[in-house]
Amino acid sequence: MNARALAQEAPAPLDAQAPGLPRLLAEIPQESLMTLGEHLALHGDIPLYEHRRREESPLIGRIERAGLRGRGGAGFPTAAKLRAVAASRGRAIVVVNIAEGEPASLKDRTLAQALPHLVLDGGELAAEALGADELLVCVCETASASVESVATALEERASRRQRGPAAQLVTVPATYVAGQESALVNFLGGGPALPTFTPPRPFEAGVRKRPTLVSNAETLAHLALIARHGSGWFRELGTPSEPGSALVTLSGPVAYPGVYEIECGSSLRSLIDAAGGPTARVRGALVGGYGGTWIAGELVGGISLSDEHLAPHRATLGAGAVVLLSENACPVAETARVARWLAEESSRQCGPCLHGLDALARTVEEIALAEARGKAGQRLAQLAQLATLVRRRGACGHPDGASAFVLSAVDAFAPDFTDHARHGACEACSRPGELPLPEQVRVYRAGGRAEAAVRGSVRRR
Amino acid sequence: MSERVRVNPIACEAHGMCAELLPERITLDEWGYPIVDEEPLPASLIDHARRAAEACPTFALLIERERNGRRG
Repeated sequence: MNARALAQEAPAPLDAQAPGLPRLLAEIPQESLMTLGEHLALHGDIPLYEHRRREESPLIGRIERAGLRGRGGAGFPTAAKLRAVAASRGRAIVVVNIAEGEPASLKDRTLAQALPHLVLDGGELAAEALGADELLVCVCETASASVESVATALEERASRRQRGPAAQLVTVPATYVAGQESALVNFLGGGPALPTFTPPRPFEAGVRKRPTLVSNAETLAHLALIARHGSGWFRELGTPSEPGSALVTLSGPVAYPGVYEIECGSSLRSLIDAAGGPTARVRGALVGGYGGTWIAGELVGGISLSDEHLAPHRATLGAGAVVLLSENACPVAETARVARWLAEESSRQCGPCLHGLDALARTVEEIALAEARGKAGQRLAQLAQLATLVRRRGACGHPDGASAFVLSAVDAFAPDFTDHARHGACEACSRPGELPLPEQVRVYRAGGRAEAAVRGSVRRR
Repeated sequence: MSERVRVNPIACEAHGMCAELLPERITLDEWGYPIVDEEPLPASLIDHARRAAEACPTFALLIERERNGRRG
């Protein structure tokens, strides 16, 4: 199945046939999961990478040459992460991260739900390369379809398998920070799903103090295909600095929001086209989810989805969440809603995050409602000061992300913020929120069998 | 090898001793939590920094040797 076949399912006008794509989403079933038999028939057997003890698995060099970088948000080179775990003393553990706490991202749960074997192949291959004997597959507890699919897939594999690590499904709390590496390691060690102070980092002392690779579901799915087809194949798509394809969750005013596989470096415009085009005038695009960066309206048409192209906008693709905001929404009210949600998602362990994010949200709320005391300019300066104050002062990156989100909104929608600070709520303020937050993510799923509609693929032009 | 001060923000309970003992590097925010300048410590401040770390009731102030930090 290719882009056209998917289009029959959901009649988005997919003009690009996208040769070489989809890779991860090839023949993705719309209703159920791809069985192990179907999966192996499509992709071939899991290749065997033999290596002597004390020597590095040849898979790691292959991943390095492919230039694969983590798709959980941080974009760290996967081979370097594998090597850091391999170099640590003790028997390694591999954690497959499908916690996906970002409300604007659905790609990992989509993979887990429809294509669990691709993700599990990657986990097993990484475990073999590291000599790990445990594979812990962590899925968000509210993503029930993904939990079911992974459980089914693990049973299927257990009945066939001769080799490989002992695999276990673990459901994790549905919070924003639960998917953060140290929070996951904390939880898997019997603690709460809250971040810890680092160092030690998971690669040196992770689950039960053992060296632990925590890797995102999509990253491992790519790894599974690179292990089969090689680094040269991976580099046939994408740019030299960002090779391959990537999953993107597109939401907002487009005809067909959902999960798309893009060639790295594709234009945002072509992604919007593949999603059936805009259904309203677009005021801005939030790239990289709620720790990400707003690109203001007039710039949206020129954006390419690669970190190299996004760098001048001080943005990164992160975990691939792209949210469009329509002209029907008020950017100040939307920022206030999300800032409040981010404050509530603080794990309340670090003072600057606990107090700072609450103060940040309150200041945005006061600006939105013009409850501001003093002059508009002063209130906006105070907001910027607060956002700067919380930065780099938590054990995890949560306050940094919230700070970046608010500062970027003020930057991209400056006239709106000034206007609200002076005159208070606008007409659009009372409309229902557009940016997806967890309650809305549930609504978003309600219409379909799949938690996220899988749509098509986009080729770089 | 240079040394610098760092706060474990989870352990910190805003007692504020550190800002009194090492004002050259530490100020407090409006909630009483330390804002730390993580520039390497000059030799003249190292003893003061040690004293501040020892005085912290929750052992939240750390003196770290410069790490060639690998990030994962």
